[in-house]
Amino acid sequence: MKRTLTAIGFICVLIAAWHWVAEAKIWSPVLVPAPASVALYLWEVLQDGSLWSSTIVTMKRLLAGYFIGLAAGIPLGFLTARVQAMRDTLGVVALGLQGLPSVCWVPLALLWFGQTEGAMLFVVVMGTLWSVILATETGVRNVNPIYIRAAHTMGSHGLHTWVWVMLPASLPFIVSGMKQGWAFAWRSLMAAEIYVTILTGFGLGHLLHYGRELNAMEQVVGIMLVVICIGLAADKLLFSPWEKLLHRRWGTEK
Amino acid sequence: MSNPAEFTDLPPTHLAIDQVTQWFETGHGRVQALDRVSLQVASGEFVCLLGPSGCGKSTLLNLIAGLEMPSAGTLMAGGQPIRAPSRERMMMFQESALFPWLDVLSNVMFGLKHKPGLTSAERREVAEYYLKLVGLEKFMYAYIHELSGGMKQRVALARALAPNPRVLLMDEPFAALDALTREQLYGDLQRIWLQRKVTIVFVTHNVREAACLGDRVLLFSSHPGRIREEFQIKLPRPRDINSVPLAAYATDIMSALKGHLSQEEAGT
Repeated sequence: MKRTLTAIGFICVLIAAWHWVAEAKIWSPVLVPAPASVALYLWEVLQDGSLWSSTIVTMKRLLAGYFIGLAAGIPLGFLTARVQAMRDTLGVVALGLQGLPSVCWVPLALLWFGQTEGAMLFVVVMGTLWSVILATETGVRNVNPIYIRAAHTMGSHGLHTWVWVMLPASLPFIVSGMKQGWAFAWRSLMAAEIYVTILTGFGLGHLLHYGRELNAMEQVVGIMLVVICIGLAADKLLFSPWEKLLHRRWGTEK
Repeated sequence: MSNPAEFTDLPPTHLAIDQVTQWFETGHGRVQALDRVSLQVASGEFVCLLGPSGCGKSTLLNLIAGLEMPSAGTLMAGGQPIRAPSRERMMMFQESALFPWLDVLSNVMFGLKHKPGLTSAERREVAEYYLKLVGLEKFMYAYIHELSGGMKQRVALARALAPNPRVLLMDEPFAALDALTREQLYGDLQRIWLQRKVTIVFVTHNVREAACLGDRVLLFSSHPGRIREEFQIKLPRPRDINSVPLAAYATDIMSALKGHLSQEEAGT
């Protein structure tokens, strides 16, 4: 509770400083809009529903691509860790592609899929997949072999050992891979939405883009704040519970 | 108890190990871990394998567990050849090998998951019975990292006993514990063994520990691993590791061990 209050207090100080800078009129209000005008913009788009619908469009794209990336990446990571032939093929490819900034997939996706939802989905999946594969592989390869031997003597083998021993044992790595995959997917989707207009749905990236076109700084800053808040919420809702669980069970919390 | 089959002792199993040789491939070529080792363990016997580190005694234990297959020779348990791991032969390791993602109770229940003919209530009952046996029923819902080293090995013992094995294989299970905790566990292990009469093969490099626990102590030498000598420990149980007659046995064994070590260094 005290820590939450500290965080809220700090954010209030930041807003106050921003307000003061805007009031001082050192820069034109076109470049530095006051917090009140940003809040007014956000209130308006909340009222007319456009913020909500854009957020839904963006989150649908993000979650669909992210979960496809996870569903494919975790099993592929397992195979990469356990099968030599997979490590020498997919493992190498994953390592290479993970280093590719995921926004680099956008031109390719547009040529392949045109200006469609398919292109967006493809970019998000590519952002997620490789880091999930690599993190899962690292996790599985770091499983203490003694767990597997103990499980074998207790009558566990084959798929049972994979699901009930190797998967939970590598969770600390998998969760950090999921986090990284999320971050990459989120960044690449925003880049794609700013870069490309897709008529089947206007996401948050489009609002940012049109803010720039219209010289509407309060819109640009307002949407940036929304993007930040979604990132924070994802961390608190999607990852924090997992991390807390891991810390509690593994005893890694200070 | 409502489920007597799980708690009555099945007859313990005897082990017959005949001319077992084991080679390993390493980065530096082939290494012979065991050289024609033969050994009979009677049903319900407590045998200690004693020797310096790297003498192949853990390898022998893995072979009995069925975790590895021998390069040559045969291993039989209860008249049946050993081909794969089995709940009839449970293993305990120096590290507890408990699963940190499960609580104590679920760890003990892990080996019961696949036991046919048990309801989940019965599995739980069995697990609680063994936690009580090792004195940890109050820690059922604790996580592994919350336990001390000695408590972890007690849980590991309960987990190994829960599937009602006929052979218990113990690979230096107390080596990482402090002396005081170790002494308590010697007492506990002897008490449980007298009660359950399971066949135990116990690997150690601690001479006193071997003399305290074993009916028989087999002395291993290394490079390659061979059985050099055998000692019968004819002391009443439960034994106290600090007793004078036990110290006399330990002195005998220690001088034999040193003799073999100096022979090895001389290259014979």
